[in-house]
Amino acid sequence: MVICALQASTRPDGFMSLDRDDVIKIAHLARLELSEQELDVYTQSLSRILGLIEQMNAVDTTGIVPMAHPRDVSLRLREDSITETDQREKYQAIAPAVEAGLYLVPRVIE
Amino acid sequence: MFHKKTIAELSGDLAKKTCSSVELTAGFLDRIEQHKDLNAYITVDRDQALTQAREADVMIQHGKATALTGIPIAQKDIFCTQGMLTTCGSKILSNFISPYDATLIARLKQAGAVVLGKTNMDEFAMGSSNETSFYGPVKNPWDTSRVPGGSSGGSAAATAARLAPAATGTDTGGSIRQPAAFCGITGLKPSYGRVSRFGMIAFASSLDQAGPMTQSAKDAAILLNAMAGFDDKDSTSSGIAVPDFTETLNHDLQGLRIGLPEEFFGEGLNSEVASVVEEAIGEYKKLGAEIVKVSLPNSHLAVPCYYVLAPAEASSNLSRYDGVRYGLRAQEYGDLIDMYQKTRAQGFGDEVKRRIMIGTYALSAGYYDAYYLKAQQLRRLIAEDFNQVFEQCDVLMGPTSPTTAFKLGDKTDDPVAMYLNDIYTISVNLAGLPGISVPAGFDSQGLPVGLQIIGKYFDEARLLNVAHRYQMVTDWHRRMPKEYA
Amino acid sequence: MAWETVIGLEVHVQLLTKSKIFSGASIRYGAEPNTQACIIDLAMPGVLPVMNKEAARMAVKFGLAVGAEINHRSIFARKNYFYPDLPKGYQISQYELPIVGKGSLTIAVNDKEKVIGITRAHLEEDAGKSLHEDFHGMTGIDLNRAGTPLLEIVSEPDMRSAQEAVAYLKKLHELVRYLEICDGNMQEGSFRCDANVSVRPKGQKEFGTRAELKNINSFRFIEKAIEYEVERQIDVIESGGQVVQETRLYDSVKDVTRSMRSKEEANDYRYFPDPDLPPMELDQSFIEAVARSLPELPDAKRRRFINDYQLSDYDAGVLTASREMAQYFETVVSESGVEAKIAANWVAGELLAYLNKDAVDIKDSPVTAGMLSGLLKRIKDNTISGKIAKDVLDAMWKGEGDADVIIDKKGLKQITDSASIEPIIDEVLANSPSQVAQYKAGQEKLFGYFVGQVMKASKGKANPAQVNQILKKKLGA
Repeated sequence: MVICALQASTRPDGFMSLDRDDVIKIAHLARLELSEQELDVYTQSLSRILGLIEQMNAVDTTGIVPMAHPRDVSLRLREDSITETDQREKYQAIAPAVEAGLYLVPRVIE
Repeated sequence: MFHKKTIAELSGDLAKKTCSSVELTAGFLDRIEQHKDLNAYITVDRDQALTQAREADVMIQHGKATALTGIPIAQKDIFCTQGMLTTCGSKILSNFISPYDATLIARLKQAGAVVLGKTNMDEFAMGSSNETSFYGPVKNPWDTSRVPGGSSGGSAAATAARLAPAATGTDTGGSIRQPAAFCGITGLKPSYGRVSRFGMIAFASSLDQAGPMTQSAKDAAILLNAMAGFDDKDSTSSGIAVPDFTETLNHDLQGLRIGLPEEFFGEGLNSEVASVVEEAIGEYKKLGAEIVKVSLPNSHLAVPCYYVLAPAEASSNLSRYDGVRYGLRAQEYGDLIDMYQKTRAQGFGDEVKRRIMIGTYALSAGYYDAYYLKAQQLRRLIAEDFNQVFEQCDVLMGPTSPTTAFKLGDKTDDPVAMYLNDIYTISVNLAGLPGISVPAGFDSQGLPVGLQIIGKYFDEARLLNVAHRYQMVTDWHRRMPKEYA
Repeated sequence: MAWETVIGLEVHVQLLTKSKIFSGASIRYGAEPNTQACIIDLAMPGVLPVMNKEAARMAVKFGLAVGAEINHRSIFARKNYFYPDLPKGYQISQYELPIVGKGSLTIAVNDKEKVIGITRAHLEEDAGKSLHEDFHGMTGIDLNRAGTPLLEIVSEPDMRSAQEAVAYLKKLHELVRYLEICDGNMQEGSFRCDANVSVRPKGQKEFGTRAELKNINSFRFIEKAIEYEVERQIDVIESGGQVVQETRLYDSVKDVTRSMRSKEEANDYRYFPDPDLPPMELDQSFIEAVARSLPELPDAKRRRFINDYQLSDYDAGVLTASREMAQYFETVVSESGVEAKIAANWVAGELLAYLNKDAVDIKDSPVTAGMLSGLLKRIKDNTISGKIAKDVLDAMWKGEGDADVIIDKKGLKQITDSASIEPIIDEVLANSPSQVAQYKAGQEKLFGYFVGQVMKASKGKANPAQVNQILKKKLGA
């Protein structure tokens, strides 16, 4: 399946709304399987939420520096040392499918 | 009688050896069993709890007790707890036995606290009513037809019904403060960076913060003392010094400048909640505080801003639940993509899927600037509003939530109505500030009302002091729901 | 129509740290699957990344070595996509503000120098490995490599031929090994290359549509892959088609590139700043400390070898191909006391032949710089001849001991005593009466014959200069 860029449409009132195709694309990007019925429900509720989000447009934010972190701090760097030991058995005890120390997944085709 | 006591009181009893941790722990375990109908806990491991209690009793015998040694604490099921089921309220982690302890759990264990059980919560902390939990909704002990609030609803209900002396919670947009208000307990969201996030299952990493949910401000101080502090496993953990929060509890409030943001008292605020909050502010005046009218002009944008940023971060944080290394994997599937899609479709509930999709959309090509970047710019405006008002006052006060607890099922069909519940709490997370909800009275239906107090960065000591002085002259925080008293 | 090839390269360099970029697990190659994947590498719920300082230091080291701007403030971002070898469902990388900005690297092709621009270099974490052996129709995932620090070095589309691309790669390969930030092992995937290849009619300004070639793990294959791809694109266009922008895989067995179908869907990576990692701010003192630790770089070293040791371009190139080689050479020069040119002949000639023949790295050479110096000293002090020295080197290579031991044991010491050489010469002349007659009749070319016979009779041990001298005397007398 070829997934194209999302193309939400602008409604006459200026608000964005999503249609079923948009939701199909979003769900695919997020790896969520949706039934036909769920698609309708989500299309509606996601559009409602987008309506709420659109309120952001009431304020002009030109020139405001985006805030990615709640406080202006810089990254702390750790010394390069090995602090971990092999705990494979413990970690793989909770894995859905393992064999020969490997995690198993459906065949990956390249 | 033990269940009516605070941590501070129980700690005294343990020290005087009028009771043991094993007795206390067993007593609470029995109460949990008795009041299963509240659905406050997801997992209770009696044997493990009693083993820890026995170890605590030995510590006490050897005179090595801290203020928390032997005290059973309910842990929100968002904290990874070694050897214990840790679900985060989700089906996708319904079989996840954590191989490690969150830093917060490790610190509380270190202090001698007993892990009493893991409390119910909204799935991945996404919710304001505890109704998104895969393990069923929690009921509000003040009125079991009502929600306890969320997402830390289990912790709030457990503490209110005295199914634990105290609990831990996490707060991304109000998830400690709002349920604390709905259940009539004290809930503190510390400054971002105060408590380690390592091992706390991430919802929105730049907003999440863990804090205590307790019967009193004093208990919150005791619990925060053990929870707070730098952690080299968390790059956002602050290195700022941690004071002893119990030391400043009694400081005089004479001359305290309380800012009242006009936006917190406008349209949408329930009038009964408003009058309870005003009464509480009156109490502060009697304690010598000054009132300053202030404004947070961008605060009305906090909800839309939050519903871009939090889902965006969540959509990425929740990508790891893919059925490969742990957790649920769909029973039947075809190829790899089908395995992912079915696993995640079956493992996540509606609200989580909704937020993952909103977040995915907000970050996707062509929309990033309009949504994500725009929200980050608004976030700065909202945070700067607080910086400005804190030049005029020491703390801010207002309601925690616009209403008291609503009925189960009331808002489940309308996500936007649910989101608006957090209008007074969300801006605090966006700014990274500390906030506390304190019981301040009841509405005409006998439902608790919470007073929210917001402080400057890393000024938790002041918040606890301000809350504690109020609790010395009022007894709202000592009230208990009748059925559970 | 005449076509022009345009190539830009993206090279992933695995940094030689001890631990992973965001966790304390080891990055050692070759461990049992998943024994070096800790809770952070496995993306257990609740875990958080903490950045490795050494990885930042190595990235800065590289940036300084290519004259690049170092960004004092750089940002880690999440690149979101689902893949089983990517445990978090996102890769932590750098997007808008990488640690290393614009720099350049000078290459030489056919004796012409060319500056290749480096667009940027950014830090990121490696993914795990998918093992496609059949596990009941399933794929096995090994996450030992997940979280290994990578420096992705992106070039400008400045290369115009496969040859230039290879020259650039070799130069980069040499540089990262010099800087000791990468072991350069292409077989183990420590140095990996993706090539963006396009063609355009000669003279056209706009770039053609490019294909990204992945999975090329040797210099030879990169050349072949690019050459194949260029031909393919020209064929497509000349037969009226259009080149599609896509990722193609090089198949070294069939020597073709083919489209990667599984990645066909347009990716939307949804990059955003990682909220778990605040901006990385490196202060001037950090960068200056790295600058002070920079070794002499290959180009500077090559110039110095040419100027100080009077070596040829070629020898200087061979001797500075790696830091170890250069160090070996300089040790031999200073310890042996022989002329640099002679040392160069022995290291770049004789020794290198042995190293190549047995595919041994210079740092593992059984003949150490000290041992080779010992041998050259014996040439210098006339203990042995250059020819005998080659036999001694052979014995040293085979582990028979150092030069003096071998010379002694095999009795290879040169005969420099005239009293011992004269009887040998007398015997040779006595046994060759006709040649002596011919020589004396004017056939002076026969002189070499006599020298050869004497050397043979002395088993090569007679000092050639003395043999010459005495022979001349005797034949002239």
